Amino acid sequence: MSDRIEKVSIIISKGSLEGVYPGLIMANGARAEGIEANLFFTFFGLDAVHRARHEHIKLATVGNPGLHLATMLGGLPGMSSVMTHYLDHKMAQLDIPSIPEFVEMIADTGAGLYGCKASADLFGLHKEDLIPQVRDIITVGQFYGLAAGGQIIFT
Amino acid sequence: MTTATYAEREVSLDAEGFFTDPSQWDEAEAPAIAAAEGISPLTDRHWEVIRFMRREYEEKGAAPNVRALAKTSGVSIRELYQLFPKGPAKLAAKIAGVPKPVGCI
Repeated sequence: MSDRIEKVSIIISKGSLEGVYPGLIMANGARAEGIEANLFFTFFGLDAVHRARHEHIKLATVGNPGLHLATMLGGLPGMSSVMTHYLDHKMAQLDIPSIPEFVEMIADTGAGLYGCKASADLFGLHKEDLIPQVRDIITVGQFYGLAAGGQIIFT
Repeated sequence: MTTATYAEREVSLDAEGFFTDPSQWDEAEAPAIAAAEGISPLTDRHWEVIRFMRREYEEKGAAPNVRALAKTSGVSIRELYQLFPKGPAKLAAKIAGVPKPVGCI
């Protein structure tokens, strides 16, 4: 089949639970199908590969109409933690790995993990602030170089 | 549905090349299926994964995905991808003559 996808480069730009998982699932799924995959973490998406923060990624309970929760309730202190805890529990039942475990697993599949230089500069982050599976902090130009010949997915 | 001949035996395959009737499979066919997928020769480690995949299917009625395969077989995800670069669960299932693993994770 000539129309087979051979390579995907997935950008993760959000730092919420629902903003991080889809890109991880798509990257892992690509590798399972034998498709080459790169992950590029930019802006708040960098939290998913941040040593201190990747275990604390939370569900957005404000400005998230999909939750069907009154906006004022979503903003109550601790609401995001409670909802995240509930979702973590549901995901554990389905054997969906936590974000730190999932990211490590994706690195083990041979996918390339990269941080965005502009975002790292903006937040004052260096390679040592990120988990060791991140191969490098690269510019957008380098990202396009890596992505050449494949599909780019922005999440 | 199509057919293919592995080790002089004609078998039925689905559009992606997975066995539609796992009872048509035996170990003698595996090297030919693997070679068609670019894996040759099959090492002992390949065989370990292939036999494990076959057993899991026979016992549970479904082939495990990569994560479940790594968890239960004891072969790490990293090694699974070294053995089967084009998708460990998918290829091991195909070579073991069982249907493609389902699931998104």
